[in-house]
Amino acid sequence: MGQILIFSENDNTGFELVGKGLEIGSATGAAVAAAVFGTDVADRANEYLNRGVKKVYIPGAGKEALETFDAAAYAEALAQITAKAEATLVMMGCTRRGKELAGRLAEKLGAGCVNDVNGVRLEDGRIVYSRYALGGMTVCSQTVVAPVAVVSVMPATFEQAPKVMPGGDCVAVDFSIKPVRVRLVERQAKTTESVDIAEAKTLVCVGMGLGGVEKVALAEELAKALGGEVGGSKPVITDQKWLPEARMIGLSGKKCKPQLTVCLGVSGQVQFMVGIREAKTIVAVNTDENATIFQYADYGIVGDLNEVAPKLAALLK
Amino acid sequence: MNSIVCVKQTVDLQQIRIRKETREPIMENVPLTIGDIDKNAVEAAVRLKESGGGKVTLVSAGSEDLEETIKEGLAMGADEAVLVVDRKLDGAESFVVATVLAKAIAKVGEYGLILLGEGSADNYSGQVGPRLAELLDLPLVAFARSIEVAGGKLKAVRNMDDCLEAVECDLPAVVTVLSEINEARIPAVTQILKAGRKPKEVLAPADLGADLAALDQKVQTLANIAPLQERKQIMFKEDADTAVAKLLSALQADGAVGRY
Ligand SMILES: Cc1cc2nc3c(=O)[nH]c(=O)nc-3n(C[C@H](O)[C@H](O)[C@H](O)COP(=O)(O)OP(=O)(O)OC[C@H]3O[C@@H](n4cnc5c(N)ncnc54)[C@H](O)[C@@H]3O)c2cc1C
Ligand SMILES: Nc1ncnc2c1ncn2[C@@H]1O[C@H](COP(=O)(O)O)[C@@H](O)[C@H]1O
Repeated sequence: MGQILIFSENDNTGFELVGKGLEIGSATGAAVAAAVFGTDVADRANEYLNRGVKKVYIPGAGKEALETFDAAAYAEALAQITAKAEATLVMMGCTRRGKELAGRLAEKLGAGCVNDVNGVRLEDGRIVYSRYALGGMTVCSQTVVAPVAVVSVMPATFEQAPKVMPGGDCVAVDFSIKPVRVRLVERQAKTTESVDIAEAKTLVCVGMGLGGVEKVALAEELAKALGGEVGGSKPVITDQKWLPEARMIGLSGKKCKPQLTVCLGVSGQVQFMVGIREAKTIVAVNTDENATIFQYADYGIVGDLNEVAPKLAALLK
Repeated sequence: MNSIVCVKQTVDLQQIRIRKETREPIMENVPLTIGDIDKNAVEAAVRLKESGGGKVTLVSAGSEDLEETIKEGLAMGADEAVLVVDRKLDGAESFVVATVLAKAIAKVGEYGLILLGEGSADNYSGQVGPRLAELLDLPLVAFARSIEVAGGKLKAVRNMDDCLEAVECDLPAVVTVLSEINEARIPAVTQILKAGRKPKEVLAPADLGADLAALDQKVQTLANIAPLQERKQIMFKEDADTAVAKLLSALQADGAVGRY
C-alpha cells in the first residue's frame, strides 16, 4: 500500500481522519499526509503537523483557483497532490463539498470511491469500509479493489488525533489549474444552532403529522418535561421549515443515540429510522395503527399527538 | 434549451423485507420505480422547458424493466428517453454507470443542462453526477436548491453544510439537485397512457461501444445486511389517558424516564 492523504474543508473532521489514518498507517506502514486549501493555510497546516501528520501540502502558485470551491479545480489540485504524495488512499470529510469532490477526484484518478463511510476496519490485509445502503435499511461493507481509493467519511465518526510534538514539514505546491468555471456570486452563512441533537439523551421527534409550525410548541413542551431536545423528519424541515436544518434526523440528517426518543406523527420510513436506530427506547405516537413506525418502536400509542403529547407532558410534571 | 435528466430505476424501498435468518434484504419481486430525488430533477427540467422551451431527454441505464419504469418520468413531461439496457447494469457500480451514461449522452445531441439527483434512492452515494461531470469535462454544481437559466448561463443556489452559495456558470453544465428544489408532480393517468407513445431509444452497451466486461471493477461489496433490531413493539390502544399512563409506567419500569 502507498501513502495516505487526508483532505477536509472542515479541519475538525480532518483531524478525525488523521486519527484513523495514523492508526491504519501504523498497521500498514503508510505515512500520513494532509492537504489544506482556502484561507489561513499556514496556521491550519501547523495544526495538522501538530497532530502527527508528516507532510502537509498547501497551494503555492495558482492558489487563486482554490479560493472558492469549484469541484473541478479542487479535484485537479488534489489529483496532483495525490501523485506527489504517492497516496493510494485519499480520505476526505463527507461534507457536501467533500462528497461533490470525491466522485470527481476518483474519476480523475481512475480510483474506486466509497462515500458516506461510517466505519473503517482492517480485515485480512484489506481496508473495509461500511456505509448505509437501501436508504439506511442495511449496512454495506465494501473494499476498494482499484489501485487508488477515494473515500469520504462522515464527520464525527472517529476521535480526533491528539496533539503531539510537531515533526513534519509544510510543502507549497505550484499548480497549473484550468480557470474556475463555477463562480461564487454570494455566500450566506447559515445561522448555527448551539445544540447538537446527536448528543441529546432524550429526543422528541416530530413528523408531518404535526400539522403546522404552530404545533412545534407542543413538542417543545414535551421535550422540556422530558429534559430533551426536539428534532424532526426531513419533510418537516426541508419542505415545511418548521424547524432549523440542524435538527433534521435521518439518512440526510443527524444520527442520534438517545436513551429515549418519542416520535410524534412520524410514519417510520427507513431514511428517518436510520437516524434513531441506536436509540435505547423508541416510543411512537401515530393515528394510523398500521404506521410502519410501530414495527420499530418499543412502545406505541395509537392516537392523536395533539391529545397524547400534552397529556404525557402533564403527567411528567 | 434542451435538458438531459439522468434517472435511476430502483426498487421501491418501502416494499423491501428483511430475511430473518440472514438479515439480508429480499430484493426479488419488489416493484421498481424511479428514485424520489430523480423525480425532483425531472420536475426541475420540465419546469425549465415550460418557461423557456426546449426538450427534455431522460437517460437511464438499467435492466430490461426500464422501458416500463421510465414511463413515469415521461408522463411527468419529459419528451423522450434514451435507455441503455443490460442485466449487468442493474445495481452496477457508480464508475460503470457514469461511463455508460457519458456515452449515451454523447448520442443525445445538443444540451444545456444535465440534471441528476443528489443521490439515488437505493445507493445514495452521490457519485454518478461528479463522475459524469469529470468524464464530460463540464462544470458541476451539486446540491442545488434552486436553478435558473438566463442569457446562456446557469444561476443556482447550492446548499452547503454551513452556508448557501449563489453561483453561476456557463452552459453546458451538470447539476445535482436536492429534494427541496421542488415538489415533483404526480402525473395523471392520461399522461401515463400517453407516455407509452413517447419516443424511446433502447440501446445495448455494445451499441455505445461500451464493453461492460472490460471495465475494471473498482469497488467490491463484501456484505449488505440489516443490523439487528429488537424492539418490544408493545402497543397501547386504549383512550389517551389510559394509554399515556400505561406508557409512562412502562418507561419508568425500564428506567427510561426518572420517577416523579
Ligand atoms: C435519498 C433520501 C433521503 C432521505 N433522507 C431523509 C432523512 O434524513 N430524514 C427523514 O426524515 N426523511 C428522509 N427522507 C424522506 C423519507 O423517505 C420520508 O419521506 C420521510 O421520513 C417522511 O416523513 P414523515 O414521517 O414526517 O411524514 P409522513 O410520511 O407524511 O408521515 C406522517 C405521519 O403522521 C401521522 N399523523 C398524521 N396526523 C397525526 C396526528 N394528528 N397524530 C399522530 N400522528 C399523525 C400519519 O399517520 C403518518 O404516519 C429521505 C428520502 C430520500 C429519498
Ligand atoms: N443507472 C443510472 N441511470 C441513470 N441515472 C443514474 C443511474 N444511477 C445513478 N443515476 C443518477 O445519478 C444520481 C446519483 O446517484 P448515486 O451516485 O448512485 O447516488 C441519481 O440521483 C440519478 O440522477
